[in-house]
Amino acid sequence: MPRSALTGTRIRERRTMLGLKQADLARTVEISPSYLNLIEHNRRRIGGALLSRIARTLKVEVANLTQGAETEQVDQLSAAAAAHPEVNAEIDRIDEFVGRFPGWAALMSAQQRRLVQLEHHVASLVDRLAHDPFLSDSLHDILSKVSAIQSTASILVETDDLDEVWQRRFHRNLHADSGKLAEGASSLVDYLDAEGDAELGMVSPQEELESFLNSRAFHIDGLETEVPDLAESILDQDKAITSRGGKDLVRTYLWRYREEALAMPLEDFTEAAEELGYDPARLAQRFGCDIPAVFRRLASMPSDQGSRRIGLVVCDGAGALILRKATELLPLPRFGAACALWPLYRALTRPMAPVRAVLEHAGRPGYRFLCYAMSHASYPLGFGGPAVYEASMILVPPALVEPTEAEGPVEVIGTSCRICPVENCAARREPSILSDGFDTAAQLSQ
Amino acid sequence: MSHHVLLIEDEPNIMEAIRFFLSRDGWKVSCHSDGATAVSEVNRITPDVVVLDVMLPNRSGFDVLKELRAAPGTRDLPVLMLTAKGQSKDRERAEQLGSSGFMTKPFSNAEVLEKLRSMVGHG
Repeated sequence: MPRSALTGTRIRERRTMLGLKQADLARTVEISPSYLNLIEHNRRRIGGALLSRIARTLKVEVANLTQGAETEQVDQLSAAAAAHPEVNAEIDRIDEFVGRFPGWAALMSAQQRRLVQLEHHVASLVDRLAHDPFLSDSLHDILSKVSAIQSTASILVETDDLDEVWQRRFHRNLHADSGKLAEGASSLVDYLDAEGDAELGMVSPQEELESFLNSRAFHIDGLETEVPDLAESILDQDKAITSRGGKDLVRTYLWRYREEALAMPLEDFTEAAEELGYDPARLAQRFGCDIPAVFRRLASMPSDQGSRRIGLVVCDGAGALILRKATELLPLPRFGAACALWPLYRALTRPMAPVRAVLEHAGRPGYRFLCYAMSHASYPLGFGGPAVYEASMILVPPALVEPTEAEGPVEVIGTSCRICPVENCAARREPSILSDGFDTAAQLSQ
Repeated sequence: MSHHVLLIEDEPNIMEAIRFFLSRDGWKVSCHSDGATAVSEVNRITPDVVVLDVMLPNRSGFDVLKELRAAPGTRDLPVLMLTAKGQSKDRERAEQLGSSGFMTKPFSNAEVLEKLRSMVGHG
């Protein structure tokens, strides 16, 4: 269903530009002038056949009347309203609100966007504190050294008749522990400084690849056309990738990107995606490519609006996330395991069987989106070698395809147990920091 | 009569400091640093009280405590958990598993001593 954000304003502007009177347009599209007046002032939603008739009369595409920067504002305001159902915001009058108070609407939209960003950031930091093995080990090591120093210093200060042999021994221990403490603190500061430089930090080649791709929203314009060696040139110019492993991963990704861009040219692919409702299987059929390649291609489509950005998550056979394209639809865990209810994991249990689901994030009630997932096996060492499984999942925002009831029941998922508010979840593996008590922890420890 | 304490801790200088001040107080002190063999060491030397670190090599102190509480011979053995894991959930877990006491690092020597004395009903 087309969005109607400020559609009325656009109709009025277009009609005025053509020098058409309101009454004339109303008569042509077979509605009353007063009803058209309400539409033009964004006080009535419009879609379907009437919108098509008006677009035809005004000699424009329907999309020109319905798509634009305001669409994102409407999405953001809808998400804000959905997150607080107790407020009973007038969701059916969002268009009118955007039209009458564009400044306030822009402000609320920006605040909602910022809120989501901050929630993602908090989730990442909480996740990091809970699961980052380096941070956990470092803090434990520092506390152990501090304990040894404090206990030893107490003995030296409080024991009046300490003989010389013990004194020397404890002084030696103090010296050794203080040196190790300084080393530990220094390496922790270096680590945290590096985090500050790169916001969420890079600790592995895989993260370098993710950072490289996310900084470009997974779209690499230069590779959309056949330009020899451009992949190497892009890699050389990016100074953020420092490890050899990171360079190898980015290089491999770029070459595959270029092959897929040639097999699924952007313009044709974009047109086909809209025509086929962003269905990966039908796109794979149209372009003669496999579905994981179509997933990547969909995720690489350019978008200047976050709310129209397709998310992508890939995991290996062990369920570890190996590629994540950040999306507003679903905050992705940085460390540790993700929500076991993700369709990604369902796909992993049934290789080559397509999974389609309508999802709703537990932290964003009422905001639903489509998800496609599939897993496949590869045999890098040939028929005699082991099968290596990988599953992929894309998340299609409602700004592109709005899920309908026909898509099946809504599945509520989370990011990870640690920060999930769902109570009595059958798939919970650890207690949430959002719960009041630790009853679940008690159950888990049995 | 001196009481016998088994100190299960993998940080050698912490072990040495605790050993020193407990010995000075008249305790018999045995030391062990490996989680995997901690339970068999308890059964071998039958101490009056155990000081148990949580983060041990090869096996966590929580698992060691759980096994001690499951065996009739050590079900009531006083165990003081001493750990850098000071979150409330760790304290609650220690209590649920049956620890007799819980102290976090860094600790005060005097408090450790006082706690152990109270656990064995000594002064």
